[in-house]
Amino acid sequence: MSKFSDFGNDLYTGKRSIDFVGKRRTWYAISLVALLIALAGMGLRGLNLGIEFTGGSEFRVSQVSIPDNYESTAQDAVRSTDAGQTAKVSRLGSDTVRVQTEKLDDAQVSDVRDALAKAFDTNADKVSASFIGPSWGESVSKQALRALVVFLILTMLVMALYFRTWKMAVAALVALAHDMVFTVGFYSLTGLEISPATMIGFLTVLGYSLYDTVVVFDKVRENTQEAFANKRSTFAAAANLGVNQTVVRSINTTVVALLPIAAVLAVAFTRLGPGTLLDLSLALFIGMAVGAYSSIFIATPLLVSLRAKEEAVVALDKHAARVQDKVAKATVAAAAPAGRGSAAAPPTPTARPIGGDPASALEDSVPETGGTVTGRAVHKYAQSGPRNQPRKQPKSKR
Amino acid sequence: MARTSRPDVEKRTLIGFILLIVALGAVLGGAHWRSDAQFAPKLGLDLQGGTQLILKPRLVGDQTVSSEQVAQARDIIAERVDSQGVSGSEVTTQGADNIVVSIPENPTRQQEENLRRSSALQFRPVLVAEPTTPVPTPTAGTPSSSSTSDGSTGSSSTSDGSTGSSSTSGSSSASTSSASDTSSSSQRRAAATSTSGSESSTSATSSESSTSGSTSTSGSGTESPATPTAKPTSTTDQNWVTPELMSALAALNCGDPEATAGIVDDPAKPLVTCSTDGTEKYILGPVAVGGSDITNAVAGYQLGPTGQPTNTVEIQLTFDSKAAKTYGDLSIEMLNLPSPRNRLASTLDSQVLIAPSFNSAIPNGQASITGGFGFQEAQDLAKQLKFGALPISFDLQTRSQISPTLGEEQLRLGLFAGLIGLLLVVGYSLLQYRALGLVTVGSIVMAALITYLVITILGWAQNYRLDMAGVTGLIVAIGVTADSFIVYFERIRDELREGRTLRTAVDVGWRRARRTILVADGVNFLGALVLYLLASSSVRGFAFTLGLTTLIDIIVVYFFTHPVVTLLARRRFFAEGHPWSGVDPDRLGAKPRYVGRGRFAGPAPTGAATRGASGRHTASTTEGSRA
Repeated sequence: MSKFSDFGNDLYTGKRSIDFVGKRRTWYAISLVALLIALAGMGLRGLNLGIEFTGGSEFRVSQVSIPDNYESTAQDAVRSTDAGQTAKVSRLGSDTVRVQTEKLDDAQVSDVRDALAKAFDTNADKVSASFIGPSWGESVSKQALRALVVFLILTMLVMALYFRTWKMAVAALVALAHDMVFTVGFYSLTGLEISPATMIGFLTVLGYSLYDTVVVFDKVRENTQEAFANKRSTFAAAANLGVNQTVVRSINTTVVALLPIAAVLAVAFTRLGPGTLLDLSLALFIGMAVGAYSSIFIATPLLVSLRAKEEAVVALDKHAARVQDKVAKATVAAAAPAGRGSAAAPPTPTARPIGGDPASALEDSVPETGGTVTGRAVHKYAQSGPRNQPRKQPKSKR
Repeated sequence: MARTSRPDVEKRTLIGFILLIVALGAVLGGAHWRSDAQFAPKLGLDLQGGTQLILKPRLVGDQTVSSEQVAQARDIIAERVDSQGVSGSEVTTQGADNIVVSIPENPTRQQEENLRRSSALQFRPVLVAEPTTPVPTPTAGTPSSSSTSDGSTGSSSTSDGSTGSSSTSGSSSASTSSASDTSSSSQRRAAATSTSGSESSTSATSSESSTSGSTSTSGSGTESPATPTAKPTSTTDQNWVTPELMSALAALNCGDPEATAGIVDDPAKPLVTCSTDGTEKYILGPVAVGGSDITNAVAGYQLGPTGQPTNTVEIQLTFDSKAAKTYGDLSIEMLNLPSPRNRLASTLDSQVLIAPSFNSAIPNGQASITGGFGFQEAQDLAKQLKFGALPISFDLQTRSQISPTLGEEQLRLGLFAGLIGLLLVVGYSLLQYRALGLVTVGSIVMAALITYLVITILGWAQNYRLDMAGVTGLIVAIGVTADSFIVYFERIRDELREGRTLRTAVDVGWRRARRTILVADGVNFLGALVLYLLASSSVRGFAFTLGLTTLIDIIVVYFFTHPVVTLLARRRFFAEGHPWSGVDPDRLGAKPRYVGRGRFAGPAPTGAATRGASGRHTASTTEGSRA
């Protein structure tokens, strides 16, 4: 536990830094491979759409006394044939059982009919079979798609306005698309059935992924603004610090969001078997995990890539490089005698090599206890002056 | 000073928050006591079951129905079901031409009828109008329609016009009958001496043909257009009236409730039919403006000459621009026609609701229909008109109770899993945030409480139903709600690391976290709103849940979590950074902050010497003056 909070502290101060931005090509490559696999899966295997989308076959076993376990009876009967694994079973009125399966051909229909008749101890002619159309028809999909497009456009506009750059909106959208393709690809590769419930799951993932990305971007925006103001760190470094500072939050939120879903997933997997609950929780679990990944490893690095060529960013990077060069020289020169950074040292305030003020890095090398003229012990921070201000460098050195 | 009055603000906010919950509880309790609200949220089709209706198209003669028509009808019925609230129903086609509607509740006869009736509204010019010869029982329409609509299907369309007419039909039917009195003698003459149709404007012809083309059905007419004296050129052309139509009109007995059931309605051909109250029968020209041209329909009370609402219920119709022009041109043209032919009939499902004459030209295409219906009926009808007419009317074939497809076990286990998930979240946040984690737990409990209250109230007021996807969505919402607390707490910790005292860290952290939470939630809420407005069926239900939980998240963070944290920050336990408080500056590696005169805020560099009350005091006053 304390390890974790130390980790968080170090990430915040920049003492420990994970190079999310610098190694972006690695993350891009990983994601690209994953997405290609997902797309290939979608292209080759297609999606296993539920009967709500494609329509299917419906059987009605009428005029029977319905046993209490009619659901499992019917499920078993359908599974005993080669007619697919999932059947929706429900009771109609007092003496009819309705079984819906995916679309079957004539031979399968008669198989299922016989199996159902046997299971419910009745004649095959009491089992009627018919085709049913999709309840989630093309028009519903079309409407949903149109709504989605409008939603994405509006979101982009809002984000572009809020963050004052359209590149953040684009990066967030790419991360979003990344999550969706990955999740849907997972479904096509595993052959899990897509039902309206899973569609809802996809939409939830969409909302969550967007939320996550916006939170990370907000910190990145804050840090890069600071960097533009004080010109002390490169754009990439400021963005990377932003991600590092939110990484503990990202871990915490992801864990907290995934815990309930993991619980549902576990229960659904062990106790219920295939069904709405399992499909849905799996979609959410995969999607939200990928959403957390993309907000850290894809969105921000992509933002840096997008903005790297901008004039202002290039100018900032140049300036920051010069500043850091000087700081590094000064630090190396001063730190050599002081033996800074030994593991045994008490938790002393540490410098922030990037993003923080270089003055504090300089002061780190000042001996811990320094007496003044009056003999009063003064903290090293105060030795540089009455206020905690960076010393003004002579003009020639600036 | 502002600082001294601060505690009151926080406490007042908290009290307001508690009052909100109490108010919601009171609404629910009152609804339960006074009305039929339940204390459990309403469940959807997959969890609770419902009613299944199988609808069969009503085919007259050798009429056939195409699969496109069935698909179109399915979409429209789905929209009609949706318009009854967020109910999460399921509408599918079955076999070649049946439509199966599954609704998670027990629909009333009226609701069921509203789903399956065609509601095809048409505007047809009157060519011949005739009062029905002594109506056998003028009131027969009212009782017969309500009784026959149960089993027999023929008169379902008549019930609309006449069931609610007891109070309001007086005025409208009086107006139509008085008009027919004056016109009945002259129209026969007009029919005999076929007037030339040359006076009709060409614009009406062209736009008429376009509207009729869009609504053309495959029905084969029983009355063939036999040998008119000249080819009719416009919808108002008297040449439409053939001797066959005249004899059909004479044979039509409007007292018989089944009389209009067999009418085949071809929009491009004239129509022989009765008015809904059975007092008049007509030969009508082809459809001038059809129901598919309606873009909006609003039910309301008609305004009198002084602008006062009258007792007459009307439906205001808005046409698309093309139909508005047709309608305007038609009104100009018909203004100059002799008496029966200056009347424009509004037909609903092939029966004439009302056939008033034009008093003035209506160029803006705003039409209103009054047909002697009650207010509720008018509202139902307006909804149906808005979504468009079914290509065909449907009869109810079977109606049966349907059991849930998921069953109790799934729901029970789902909730059980949600509870485990909640406990895991509680455990994790206690581990991460120590005592501050308790605030998270409290906030989640508050969010859950509000969600439960709101959903239950909405179930009662708006017919909001939870299906399995909704339940899962709520479980996910636990995590997303916790997220905003984590954003907040991490910000506080960040500020502590900068060396601020807890109080100022809470203030500054809140100001920054607020932005993040607002924009992140705002984006989500925007998405929910767009999806709700534009999508249909279950996507709409999801959007509703998403928007609701997002809103609740913001309310809880603003009015519960933040005040509680602010109040706690004043407690010694937290302010001094007790190791178990979760805001221990030492543990967070806070950087000391020089506050002047050789003193420091935050952890002292050399030990605990300066970490007394005075150090803290100095820190907070400096911070106060900075802010």
